[in-house]
Amino acid sequence: MWQALRNELQPKGLEIVTVALDVDPEAARAWIEQTKPNHPSLIDSAHRVDELLGVVNVPNGVWIDEDGMIVRPAEPAWPERDTPPDWQKMADSPDVPEQLRETLKLASNIRIQPREYTTALRDWVTNGRASRYALAPEEVIARSGLRGKAEAEAAARFELGQYLWSIGRHDLAPKHWREAHRLQPDNWTYKRQAWTLADPFQGPTELYDSCWVNDVRKIGAENYYPPLDLSPSRTK
Amino acid sequence: MVCGTKNMILQSLEVETKEFEQRTGWSLKPEGLCKGEVCVPFAAGVSGGGKLDTRTLSERLGMPLIRDDDADVWCLGPEAMGRALTTARAPELVLPDYTGRQFRLGSLRGQKVLIVTWSSW
Repeated sequence: MWQALRNELQPKGLEIVTVALDVDPEAARAWIEQTKPNHPSLIDSAHRVDELLGVVNVPNGVWIDEDGMIVRPAEPAWPERDTPPDWQKMADSPDVPEQLRETLKLASNIRIQPREYTTALRDWVTNGRASRYALAPEEVIARSGLRGKAEAEAAARFELGQYLWSIGRHDLAPKHWREAHRLQPDNWTYKRQAWTLADPFQGPTELYDSCWVNDVRKIGAENYYPPLDLSPSRTK
Repeated sequence: MVCGTKNMILQSLEVETKEFEQRTGWSLKPEGLCKGEVCVPFAAGVSGGGKLDTRTLSERLGMPLIRDDDADVWCLGPEAMGRALTTARAPELVLPDYTGRQFRLGSLRGQKVLIVTWSSW
């Protein structure tokens, strides 16, 4: 998905690192091997970037400058694609499994901003620190996600569940993941990861209180990704 | 985030300084535990062997200390200091690439980097 943009911007000094959030590394590896990327393609089975960088969904992007300073915290991120998926068309197709139809309909209403995002990214690659999209350190911290007691425990619950899952205690993981969902409801990687292990379509199961279609309906598909805040740094 | 088993750590509720630093980005300095520009006094939480007491970590940094009773496994979560980032300095993230080789984010210093998440689900 990011290969074309990487090929364009790498000669200008940007490297793109993809991080797959997958409790089962084999699931991610199969996809990566198909696309043969020439940039670092990492697998984060414990969703550590949620804890360390404030990631809450996919795709989320974080910008780091030449000195190792974060200049934009985690936010929704998309490349521009020549042929973006047509979710509505897929939803209308007679071949689509019935459980997926509602998901695809909702997906067609999700707001994405690839044009705005890639414009900002190219501006930063060209102008560096002088780019209006590169934020001062205080602003980076202020615009990163909330991390109160609830969010910190959600991270601990998710990783405890992941640890138990990884040692084969599949019976013990879900109760911690349910807690993570309750404590940080706007973290979609914790929810979708758990749902998908119970049902590949992320539909309703006995293990969890909700599912993708329910939760997206609740907030409205257009709010699935918060709008990009591309306003300039106030503290530079 | 640090997780461990009862036999390894829980009986003493201590964690190795180096492991703690690698997992959380907090390092032990003369002024206390520091991440970026932020330091928290911590003399009371360091044992003679240079290990850190997880209950003191939990108190001082707001790190949740939780436990699975059935498996005797516990986890110490990230600091709860209001925002997901305590500093704008990028953490030293080490993750395996898809061939299994450990990749250090810091190896890209000197270039701009865009980290993007995705998933198979």
